[in-house]
Amino acid sequence: MNVEKIRADFPILDLQVSGNPLVYLDNAASSQMPQAVIDRMVRYQTQEHSNIHRAVHYLSELATKEYELARVKVQHFLNAKESREIIFTRGTTESINLVMHGYGRAFIEKGDEIILSALEHHANIVPWQMLAQEKGAVLRVIPMSDAGELLIDEFEALFNEKTKFLALSHVSNALGTINPVKEMTAFAHLHGVPVLLDGAQAAPHQPIDMQDLDCDFYAFSGHKMCGPTGIGVLYGKAHLLEKMQPFQGGGDMILSVTFEKTTYNVIPSKFEAGTPPIMAAIGLGSSIDYLSTIGLSNIETYEQNLLNYATERFSELSGVRIIGTAAKKTAVLSFEISGVHPHDIGTILNAEGIAIRTGHHCAQPVMIRFGIPATARASFAFYNTKEEVDKLVDGVCKVQEMFS
Amino acid sequence: MTDMRQLYQEVILDHNRKPRNFGVIADANRHAEGHNPLCGDHIKLSMNVLDDRIETIAFEGDGCAICNASASMMTGAVKGKVVQEAEMLVEEFRNMVTGSLDPDNQTNHLGKLKVFGGVKDLPSRVKCAILPWHTLHAALNAEASTSTEGEADPVSDHA
Repeated sequence: MNVEKIRADFPILDLQVSGNPLVYLDNAASSQMPQAVIDRMVRYQTQEHSNIHRAVHYLSELATKEYELARVKVQHFLNAKESREIIFTRGTTESINLVMHGYGRAFIEKGDEIILSALEHHANIVPWQMLAQEKGAVLRVIPMSDAGELLIDEFEALFNEKTKFLALSHVSNALGTINPVKEMTAFAHLHGVPVLLDGAQAAPHQPIDMQDLDCDFYAFSGHKMCGPTGIGVLYGKAHLLEKMQPFQGGGDMILSVTFEKTTYNVIPSKFEAGTPPIMAAIGLGSSIDYLSTIGLSNIETYEQNLLNYATERFSELSGVRIIGTAAKKTAVLSFEISGVHPHDIGTILNAEGIAIRTGHHCAQPVMIRFGIPATARASFAFYNTKEEVDKLVDGVCKVQEMFS
Repeated sequence: MTDMRQLYQEVILDHNRKPRNFGVIADANRHAEGHNPLCGDHIKLSMNVLDDRIETIAFEGDGCAICNASASMMTGAVKGKVVQEAEMLVEEFRNMVTGSLDPDNQTNHLGKLKVFGGVKDLPSRVKCAILPWHTLHAALNAEASTSTEGEADPVSDHA
């Protein structure tokens, strides 16, 4: 994998910030887009655009074909059995809310228990809280160790005859922890409990296989994997999607409408009301092509090497603590510098052109667990380099110097 | 961006390391706490107001350098002033950091507080600078606690 050649694909990486070359280390928040994906979306608008699915004219047929082709690309990317198991949404958050409404509101009842983990992003907490409040259901939380690893014995002990759902992150956005989701899903299935996996931080960084994981639902976002914002995916096993109630009502998700009675469409259309983000879906398809050409395994290997290098360099620094030290992680480095608030770290690094994220990372329960208000988080992608890690370390030293 | 560097140089080297008026006023008759849960800035203010004048004032804080330094400079600026003057400074400071007052070209009484002028170019840090001033206003108006989030957000459109 030639990182210099890859960097040349990303025009934004040439930007200067505060008189310095941009060092973009905020990929867990959002990733950058290669020219090929930008070009594909421009070509759609220049030569292919029309509304999809119902007209008989040339552009509509073409737009429909490209939109459905993007769906098939996602199917293959995930190794799903059928393309009708792929629903396009606005992003991971919407995907999870869709399952909450479509499955949760239809099948969860008073007294039922929903298991979440201590390292979830708010998107995989709040919808379940809303559901629990509405239904009188109970949330149970899998605790984690000081290293940020879920305690599997305690996870297993949470299951009882009232357990009806497990909602779990594949990878933690705040800590980088990769959860043993295949084993945890298998355990849940032994108890007849369906599983939703939040794959926002996993899908961009490693090969994902729905047949291997056997989860019931999987959600991820386009903009975290070099695609545009405004598009995401919900994968669901066909038999579950078929029995779920619709999420949004409107056009396309119906077969027939009268004021007396409306019948709903089959999947996936049942869950795609209104005109979808066509251009963005095609952009997602293009980003899947781009990443697949490099190879998700190659991306995984490269990023793991970068993580190891960064972790090593950071462990040489005194007064700097890494938060999230699980044995298996993606290339996310949350850290704190003693005596310096994360906000100040971020602002001073920004003056060096370095983009990291500071705050609670939409994971306030994680912050509370570690007894801190916020962390500084550097998150790497396959277009970051060792030199950029060195610049980050230099920046951290500069911060320490300023505050000494 | 050089404004930001200057702010940090002057502010951090001085007020964050050696905050002025740090502590608690024993016979305080005004208290307030300010808290920004989204970033973790936290400040406790205590003061003694006699005959409409802020006789003594102190703060304890657990926040970023900008918040701490703003609190430190604020206590120095309002100690000994009458409440009305202090409230005027609250408003001028808020207007300066939100960009609606140009401290160099419009009348004001900010003096050394002008060093926070650069914060207006970093919207994400404005709330850090404002929190101590919001807290002062709350204490002077006998409100026990305040925040710079939600309805109290000084930067959003609906404030």
